[in-house]
Amino acid sequence: MTTEALMWLIPLPPFLAFVLIVLFANRSKALSHTIAISAALLSWLGSMIVFVRALGVEHLGENPFESSVNWLPLGESVETYFQVGVLVDPLTAVVLFFVAWTVLMIFLYSVGYHNFGQPEGHHDHKGLPPHGATVEEPGRQRNTPHSGSVDKHVVPSVEPMYSRFFAFIGLFAFGMYVLVLSDNLLTLFVGWEIMGLCSYLLIGFWYAKPSARDAAVKAFMTTRIGDVFMLLGIAYLYSSTGTLSFRAIFVPDTLHALQTIPSGFLGFSAAGLIGLLLFVGTVGKSAQFPLHVWLPDAMEGPTPVSAMIHAATMVSAGVYAVVRMFPLISLDAQTMTIIAFIGAFTAIFAATIAVAQNDIKRVLAYSTISQLGFMIAALGIGAYVAAVFHLITHAFFKALLFLGSGSVIHGMEHGVLHTGNHHVDPQDMFNMGGLRRKMPITFWTFLIGGFALSGFPLITAGFWSKDEILADAFSHGHSTVFITLAVAAFMTAFYTMRQITLTFLGEPRTPEAEHARETPWTMTLPLIVLSVFAVGYGWVGIPEHFPLLGGLVPSWLHEFVGGTLSEHPEAVEFNIIPLLTSLVVALGGLYLGWVTYRNVRSLAQDRFQIPLLKNKYYVDEFYDRVFVKPAYWFAENVVYKFMDQGVIDGILHLFGPFTDRFGSFIRNYFDLPVINRFFGDGSAEVTYTAGEKLRFLQTGRIQQYLMLALVLFLAIGAVLYFLMMA
Amino acid sequence: MNFIDAHLLSLILFIPSIAGLILLFLPSGEHRLIRWFAFGASLIPFVLSLIVWFRFDASQPGFQFEEVYVWYEAIGSSLHLGVDGLSLTMVLLTTLLTPLAILASFTIHDRVKAYMILFLFLETGMLGVFLALDLLIFFVFWEVGLVPMYFLINQWGSANRNYASLKFLIYTMGGSLGLLLAVQLLGVRFGTFDLLDLYTQWNALDPAEPWLGMSVGTVKTIAFWAFVIAFAIKVPVWPFHTWLPDAHTEAPTAGSMLLAGVLLKLGAYGFLRLILPLYPNEAQIFAGALALLATSAIVFGALASYAQTDFKRLVAYSSVNHMGFVVLGIAAAALAAGTPDATIALNGAILQMFNHGLSAAGMFFLVGVIYDRTHTRDLEKYGGLFPLVPVYGGILIFTSMASLGLPGLNGFISEFLVVRGSWPILTIYTAISMLGLLFTGAYILKGIKKVLHGPLNEHWAVQRGEHRLAEINTREILVMVPLMALIVWIGIWPAWILDVINKAVVMLF
Repeated sequence: MTTEALMWLIPLPPFLAFVLIVLFANRSKALSHTIAISAALLSWLGSMIVFVRALGVEHLGENPFESSVNWLPLGESVETYFQVGVLVDPLTAVVLFFVAWTVLMIFLYSVGYHNFGQPEGHHDHKGLPPHGATVEEPGRQRNTPHSGSVDKHVVPSVEPMYSRFFAFIGLFAFGMYVLVLSDNLLTLFVGWEIMGLCSYLLIGFWYAKPSARDAAVKAFMTTRIGDVFMLLGIAYLYSSTGTLSFRAIFVPDTLHALQTIPSGFLGFSAAGLIGLLLFVGTVGKSAQFPLHVWLPDAMEGPTPVSAMIHAATMVSAGVYAVVRMFPLISLDAQTMTIIAFIGAFTAIFAATIAVAQNDIKRVLAYSTISQLGFMIAALGIGAYVAAVFHLITHAFFKALLFLGSGSVIHGMEHGVLHTGNHHVDPQDMFNMGGLRRKMPITFWTFLIGGFALSGFPLITAGFWSKDEILADAFSHGHSTVFITLAVAAFMTAFYTMRQITLTFLGEPRTPEAEHARETPWTMTLPLIVLSVFAVGYGWVGIPEHFPLLGGLVPSWLHEFVGGTLSEHPEAVEFNIIPLLTSLVVALGGLYLGWVTYRNVRSLAQDRFQIPLLKNKYYVDEFYDRVFVKPAYWFAENVVYKFMDQGVIDGILHLFGPFTDRFGSFIRNYFDLPVINRFFGDGSAEVTYTAGEKLRFLQTGRIQQYLMLALVLFLAIGAVLYFLMMA
Repeated sequence: MNFIDAHLLSLILFIPSIAGLILLFLPSGEHRLIRWFAFGASLIPFVLSLIVWFRFDASQPGFQFEEVYVWYEAIGSSLHLGVDGLSLTMVLLTTLLTPLAILASFTIHDRVKAYMILFLFLETGMLGVFLALDLLIFFVFWEVGLVPMYFLINQWGSANRNYASLKFLIYTMGGSLGLLLAVQLLGVRFGTFDLLDLYTQWNALDPAEPWLGMSVGTVKTIAFWAFVIAFAIKVPVWPFHTWLPDAHTEAPTAGSMLLAGVLLKLGAYGFLRLILPLYPNEAQIFAGALALLATSAIVFGALASYAQTDFKRLVAYSSVNHMGFVVLGIAAAALAAGTPDATIALNGAILQMFNHGLSAAGMFFLVGVIYDRTHTRDLEKYGGLFPLVPVYGGILIFTSMASLGLPGLNGFISEFLVVRGSWPILTIYTAISMLGLLFTGAYILKGIKKVLHGPLNEHWAVQRGEHRLAEINTREILVMVPLMALIVWIGIWPAWILDVINKAVVMLF
């Protein structure tokens, strides 16, 4: 099969899986996940083939794989028709690689996460997380406090909406593949929004929980704010260039034109304003300040969803969009400054919040926001390759961490089912501790992921990518960004070690943690695979001039991804300062985190439970008071009740009484007196009276009539005679 | 066959009415027979319009399948029928939605015969407007459609139906008074009502020439506003929209489907068929005002919808919001007629008319389905129904997403094209209308949240009780399937319909 044909086919299997599960397979759990995983596997296979073929092409950036068709007939000629197509250039290739891997691993993980093979819970409801099922096993000896002739114990129960979950993640994977393979902004946006829908559906997967339901709406609405701006940016770009195809826009003439045309808005060039509008879309999708509020709440969804959508793929898509449009966005310095500022600010802002969170997933959520901020900041200072590098490594290690946290939660839930104390929150890190002995695979893989996130020197992927961002910021003189990111990196290492220490090290703080158990292979295998990438993927991007290691491994990533741009970005000169900074912040943060938390026994001993941080700087409360509530108030009271029902209907309702009054007026003052009384009754009266008065004439005698006729005849004759004479 | 071939359009137009007359002679008690007869009869125009659709040559300019019959020779009016890409799209929408609406009406048990007869008459009324190429005939059908709809709302509507039906009838009639005068004006001046003649003669008039004690230009401006007000009420353009939530909410389910699906399109069609070709200069001058009203409709329509606690009213207000995009596209095209941007805007506007017909009809039907079971439309009285009615829930989410304009479904294509076309022409208005697009999300999600999500309202879950909510049935699914199929089809591959629209737009404007 040609590579082009393959590229068209890659997104299809998950979509077909969605359709098949929804229409036919939704009653069979095994069939549903078989279809979904097979589809993910097919797409993975296609992606790997395309990836390998892409590696074999010299100068893939100039000669990418591409294919397009006419999609929307617009205007008079075929040239003005809107085309859509697929494109694989170096950027697409590397993104496709990590997307295919993470998607496949998360699909597999979901089987175990949703307790496939376990009995159905008697009290489980659709729309709520499963509560566990009681199993009776007679005659079997167990070392549990439960005793009696029949051995009753509670085991995790299978998710009641198991099939639906696989249908949704199938649709999601379709959206992500569409986005990555698109050769134009419009279908990229289509994939973007399909993922948004799936994110909404999956955050609200347990829709009967009010918190999940509200989180879903919040996620959709917050990202939609970004999306409408992005839509305007797309319309603007399309209007000014006549195309949305990346390859057609990124030609020097078009770019130069966009750079020189003023937009008429605050001194931005057209390129700058388009870039800014598109970037607002990214701010929403990648949860950057000030639209970051939805991502932590999105943790209401099942953990595979958090891993896939809210760490590895969808939120990365926001960064990907900026990377994709980099040749355009980088034309305007003003826009780039805004991007760098938003990214750097978000990086440190979210990191401070992460320090004070106790929910294992929320820590990771804020960490994701912060890391995405690193990438955005990198793009804002022009560090293209570093941003892509961090995008990929982050996807691997953050997916790993989320899946690890899901595994931890699962282990804890096992403990909760065992003790039967449902008041214990299995996601609260202060209920954990000492899990390293109970869940060794989860522990070691989580450790790898956590170290990668912290940028543990030399062996983890996160070190190389983060170091490259810092080195780039330093060497290009962006000292503010450099210092901000360095501090954020330090805090990253700190909260990561806090998380690891509280969760896995020390002694169990609750009986539930004591009874936690390692999760099945479907969950641990993805952890192992992803941890390989969390370490190994860093080696493809070791800078050429790095001491000792630089020469050993060729800096493949820089060459390859840099080739996407028409002007290859120059490799940064090696400098010892950013390297030392990287080492100090990573190791220092990890060490401090360990020292601070290794002896913490309870929440009260945690010195970072600062209300301002715990409450996320009260941004949610602020938005609620300033935007959400007033918007509804305005809609209800001003637009609906005042304008529509009050003013407009008020005016309309005047017509009724007015017509009524006018009618009565006509009747009472014209119809009745003039027509009825005067003309109607009046004429009748006149006739009647006249008849009355003339009655005496009607004698019935012929002689009298003839006499009268004669008199009249003479009288008229006399009158006529005199008239004629005169 | 020759007869059918030669009279395709008049058959499409009159078969519903003939069927309605035949229905008169069927026994009133035979509900099954009446329903199936009405449904079968409404399928014939659909099949015929499919034939027209496939035989239609989109690349040929002008009108096709034309038929002319002498009607009122003394004043120069004739029954002149014909279709181009614009009207054919609307005819297809009408003949598709009518059978579905009749199928949706199978739950009507009260005076079934009268109901079905009115429905079939209504179809003729709507089709007549789209098929007419004679201004007087256009007006006649424009008014004819009102009568059956009035009685449908007034007789089969819900609690506040008297108020709503009267408001609907009076408002629309009031709007058409000016239209009638303006139509007469043209007819008197040229001695013909034939649109094709009027297009050329009317535009050939010298604006400075004195007429009726004014200049032709002034008369044209007055006539322009007479047309605009009639159509603006029908669309409805803000602030002429308040009849809509009342009429749509009180009408029976199928009535709402056709009101939103087709009747609103009559207004937009009037803009495209009459105002833009007859008044290009006036339209250009007043395009800014029209755009302002369109943007108001988009923003205030969405906000008002968001404020509703009645599910059906929420959906009704969404029509104001969506039709605002149609008018925005028209305003942009009026301002920059002939440019590529205008072409894109008009493509978007016309496609949006078709798309809104699909999604709004679907939404009203789904509201009807849940109302039939719960006998309430109050959003606060639902809650967490998803586990009880999973199939219904899935269909509701799907249709809501189409209404929301989710990429991959039909509404996105048309809204994007309108936004794209309007952006360079009416930048500020387009930017402001994004606020409406944002709140579209808010009200759609509010609907889903209140109906399907959240803790289950136990009232509907009582086992073996009379409240136990039943899942959507096969007949109801059958109503939705064609709509959903088209929603996806147009969303993924719109070329089949957009091609027809595009060619018509390129040739017409």
